[in-house]
Amino acid sequence: MPRIVVEVMPKPEILDPQGKAIASALPHLGFRGFSAVRQGKRFELSVDGEITDAVLAQTRKAAAEMLSNPVIEDVVDVRVEDDPAEAGAGDEG
Amino acid sequence: MAQASETPLIGETGSASGESALDGARIGVVTFPGTLDDRDAARAVRIAGGTAVPLWHADDALGDVDAVIVPGGFSYGDYLRAGAISRFAPLMRRIAESADPSAGAGLPVLGICNGFQILTEAHLLPGSMIKNDHLRFRCADQVLRVENTSTAWTAQFTDDEPITVPLKNQDGQYVADAATLEQLEAEGRVTFRYVGTNPNGSRHDIAGVSNAAGNVVGLMPHPEHAVEAGFGPDDATGMRSGTDGLTVFTSVISSLAGSTAGPDPAGGAA
Repeated sequence: MPRIVVEVMPKPEILDPQGKAIASALPHLGFRGFSAVRQGKRFELSVDGEITDAVLAQTRKAAAEMLSNPVIEDVVDVRVEDDPAEAGAGDEG
Repeated sequence: MAQASETPLIGETGSASGESALDGARIGVVTFPGTLDDRDAARAVRIAGGTAVPLWHADDALGDVDAVIVPGGFSYGDYLRAGAISRFAPLMRRIAESADPSAGAGLPVLGICNGFQILTEAHLLPGSMIKNDHLRFRCADQVLRVENTSTAWTAQFTDDEPITVPLKNQDGQYVADAATLEQLEAEGRVTFRYVGTNPNGSRHDIAGVSNAAGNVVGLMPHPEHAVEAGFGPDDATGMRSGTDGLTVFTSVISSLAGSTAGPDPAGGAA
């Protein structure tokens, strides 16, 4: 069964303290060549039944009003993905 | 969710006797799952001479209160974002309705620390908080300047009065877009500003802001932890003697009583 993936990132103009800390830690572990890191959030929303346009519209509303805070974050993607666990297990019912 | 209704036991703060003329001021203190500082906030209200009324986040009515404090802590474990889940509590809807100045007098509401974060998530105050620029939890006494003394919660401070209260948070960096910051400055809505060091990278050294009407105020530092001699920050009079935060609570009580004076010393004490 497919699911809806929502990705949220800190706004470009907001300094991302966590991303900055990760960027400065990478070379300490020998990972070189990365000039910047920004850390965001990925939400996976499962749906009982079909993912209709109405469901997607509701997801976009939830993403804008709850999953993100528009003062500090942008919703960068809302998309439908196949659940890899179920895809590997073959069909269902 | 009754809380122990302890009365002040310790300290010589000259607190109101509990029988002052302002006893009628009933100040609600909201508790969410994960709230930490509700009891301290209630104690501050009592030391200031008011009556603290425990409120539970799941209640759907505010009841008989004259003002509300949303205290600090880690409501819902800061899941999603600090304050993001608490915003949807039934009681928050009632608080938002009552605080709306266009709907009447505008209930005085104070958000402290996590309470400030909740009020921004609820769109009662502008801006938001992100992780401190140094990424660490900071706990220290902090000097603030009270830059607006026309709000319900700051009326008894003097203009630009410096105060020292504890600060303790990890997500305390106040951010807002440039237009919002400009508006806050132009309208004098930066209620509290950090003095000396900026402890978390907050834009414009902002420690607290108000809404346009001045009935809703939020700040990251903790005035409720500086209300009782012996348990506050160090000050000129001695160790842990600082009680600068108390004026926040006496301010709202006097505002509610329609008085510009402090607690009435002739107020019928036995």
